[in-house]
Amino acid sequence: MTATTKRRTLATDATVGQSPSRPDGIPKLRGEFEFAQDLRAEGMLWAATVRSPHPRARIVSIDIAPALAMGGVHACLTADDVPGRATFGLEHPDQPVLAGDEVRFWGEPVAVVAAEDEVTARLAAGLVEVHYQSLNPLTDPAEANRRDDVFRRLRIRRGDQTVRGTVVVEGRYEVGMQDQAPLGTEAGLAIPDGQGGVDLYATSQFVHVDQEQVVASLGLRPDQVRSHPTGIGGAFGAREDVNLHIHLCMLALHTGRPVKMVYHRSESFAGHVHRHPAWLRYRHEANRDGRLVRVEAEVLLDGGAYASTTSAVLANASYFAVGPYRCDSVAVDGIGARTNNPPCGAMRGFGAVQVCFGYETQMDRLAEALGMDPLDLREVNALRTGDQMPTTGQVIETPLPTVDVIRSLRAMPLPEADPDAHHSSLPGGSGLTTESGQVRRGVGYAFGIKNLGFSEGADDYAQARVRLSGDGAVVETAAIEVGQGLVTVLAQIARSALGISRVEVAHVDTSKIDSAGSTSASRQTQVSGGATLEAATRLRERILSEHEGDDLDEEGVWRGESLVVPWSSLADEGWAETATFRHPPTTRPDENGQGVVHADFAVAGHRAVVDVDVELGLVKVIRVDTAQDVGFALNPASVRGQIEGGILQGVGLAVMEELVMKDGVMLNATFTDYLLPTILDAPEVEALLIERPGSWGPYGAKGVGEPPTISSTPAVVAAIRAASGKELNRVPVRPQDIALP
Amino acid sequence: MIVEFSVNGEQVSAPVTLPGSLLDLLRDGLGLPGSKDACEQGECGSCSVILDGELVCSCLVMAADVAGSSVTTVEGIGSEEALHPVQEAMHQAGAVQCGFCTPGFVVAAADLFERNPHPTQTEIREALAGNICRCTGYGAILRALERVATGSAQ
Repeated sequence: MTATTKRRTLATDATVGQSPSRPDGIPKLRGEFEFAQDLRAEGMLWAATVRSPHPRARIVSIDIAPALAMGGVHACLTADDVPGRATFGLEHPDQPVLAGDEVRFWGEPVAVVAAEDEVTARLAAGLVEVHYQSLNPLTDPAEANRRDDVFRRLRIRRGDQTVRGTVVVEGRYEVGMQDQAPLGTEAGLAIPDGQGGVDLYATSQFVHVDQEQVVASLGLRPDQVRSHPTGIGGAFGAREDVNLHIHLCMLALHTGRPVKMVYHRSESFAGHVHRHPAWLRYRHEANRDGRLVRVEAEVLLDGGAYASTTSAVLANASYFAVGPYRCDSVAVDGIGARTNNPPCGAMRGFGAVQVCFGYETQMDRLAEALGMDPLDLREVNALRTGDQMPTTGQVIETPLPTVDVIRSLRAMPLPEADPDAHHSSLPGGSGLTTESGQVRRGVGYAFGIKNLGFSEGADDYAQARVRLSGDGAVVETAAIEVGQGLVTVLAQIARSALGISRVEVAHVDTSKIDSAGSTSASRQTQVSGGATLEAATRLRERILSEHEGDDLDEEGVWRGESLVVPWSSLADEGWAETATFRHPPTTRPDENGQGVVHADFAVAGHRAVVDVDVELGLVKVIRVDTAQDVGFALNPASVRGQIEGGILQGVGLAVMEELVMKDGVMLNATFTDYLLPTILDAPEVEALLIERPGSWGPYGAKGVGEPPTISSTPAVVAAIRAASGKELNRVPVRPQDIALP
Repeated sequence: MIVEFSVNGEQVSAPVTLPGSLLDLLRDGLGLPGSKDACEQGECGSCSVILDGELVCSCLVMAADVAGSSVTTVEGIGSEEALHPVQEAMHQAGAVQCGFCTPGFVVAAADLFERNPHPTQTEIREALAGNICRCTGYGAILRALERVATGSAQ
């Protein structure tokens, strides 16, 4: 563009920094939006899965004849029917598509059935006779560690290991197994193309990696499998791994018919990975002035039966084990254990959540030991731009406003206790168990840090295409919209960069565009957003250059006051630009865990106000206020939506959400027994967006999805501690943890 | 058996198999997929419909039991031309993320305002306590419905 370029004012408030409504909002409100659960095809069969009732057993025999003998049943497939690679996995293909000689966790798929309708498929699945010989399951990750049965160990040693402080605080902490519990369960439809290939429409966060795994296990050429983005009812990490994808494609190719499968809720709990439960051991040493001089941590995660993303979750948990604080002498030992518990993998916050509960509790205890204000202690140690990461030694190059986050949160007004509070806002709620006189109020703070984008040398990229259409432009991408609002923000970026207001986002399948990477790691806005910005910027420049114009809008190309190419002609020229965006490269860690391991970071802080009935152990979370480092808020309303939703998941982990395991068997795999926060549990939230553009994301934006879920949990627990005086070294905090001596 | 009842003001006659739920009948038998199945046990409210003036989870209602009844689903809230005030307010407030719980919230909120045009925040929370949303943290939903309650929705 030349200096004479003048941009006409866009006739839209839907550019970056604005908060336009979602394009899919009205269809969703009318019940017209199509989710994977709603897909249909002519001649479609339904599938169901046979699952192991044992956490560990030898499969002696499988008799599929009774299922096949049932009217309406078209296929029953077992491990012997997997045409290609027998295993799959996001990082390491170690999980059987269908269990062969041994099942290694409760709920592991053993066979799949296709039938004329859903009821028949489920009944037939119940008729498959699997003869198991039960084996002793290994369910204790500490024992797995002793046996060296681990997916990964990560040893971090930085600085002089002999340094000692004058004040020492030690603690052990435990984090229970949380579930993502997206409202839409796993669902999909596979349609054979009649030429040996298949089109897959299934719940996913990353269609290209699903496609690769389907190709491998079906023994097909890559061009024979097309994975299509489809409507997703939430994700939060639960959809990074393959579950029903390969099964559906096997059944579709075997029967020659479209095949659909939808998991029921209890099956969904068995069918996707969970947040890793964690056992943490910490030792913090500080000088009298509060400066951290030494942090030691042991981080033990239970990875369950198969690898999933344990390696990367363990990496995050280990690299962020110190939190957003300076420290020059650090030792962290991370262990990702293999057991016969359900496989654990990605969930919002991805390892940074578990350790934050540990290090923030330690920081509060250190403040107490020092006789120091806990916020002063954090400010003294706050990690800043230009500092080295305490674990990896990496110099932080992008803005990291930890101090601003701490100060902003401290300055936010605190609510007064309301003596006339309605009973529904008391800890016992509508149960009417609590009198307001028995309630003790507590306030707690916590701060957290996380990486943005993929780390440890991953080639992390996203491709996007921007093309002109009859009346505007279309952004084509395979990046998955899980509800977070990518479909809104990519269009905003393209509008701003192109200078036209009519832009829509189209999700295209794996054969039409290269990978966008996963909708995870708070990365899509930065990475797919970056690709969209690059493609749209180049497209505008090429069009203006080709037509020697100085402006582009919906009417066409302008030179001065003359419209030199009207839009109809421009659209006919078939303009399109494809860009692949890569964030700054990262490296693998060295043998001490040192290196430029991460591409970017974000910090956030939370202040929780809780009311506690200490006699009954009941908690009401009144408020959770937050300050969050967002770089630049591309869509402030969407950012707020991520913050409020993420905080409530953190509140859930603090006080109610846990998958309860007993000897490898899940005891509460229903929405009746796995408690999720309702609107009665939702605290008021005030959010301050700390905008310090300077990251490599578009317009300086940072990913915002995960930070709300990281420090909200320890903030709530700190507040319960303040109210109850209990130690509370485990989350979720249960009533008995508060009420019993 | 054949069951005759009214859906969104239209008389329908549909074959049902025992023990199918009203939710299955709506989604699979009548081509009304707006009601969602997320828990199959009445805990999440994603399948909320109004049955003879009463808000129910359609996953807990036997299809065979609705003979002669009148059912309103999300598809019957608002009109072709105009959104219901609840839908409009939720759209404006950013109360929709993944959208899977959204139809249930729309039906439950429309039912609330039918009975109580000016609910307090506490009344809104109690009326929607049977609907689970995993994305929004409920903040934008509450803001939207408070605007409807005070008549300040756009």
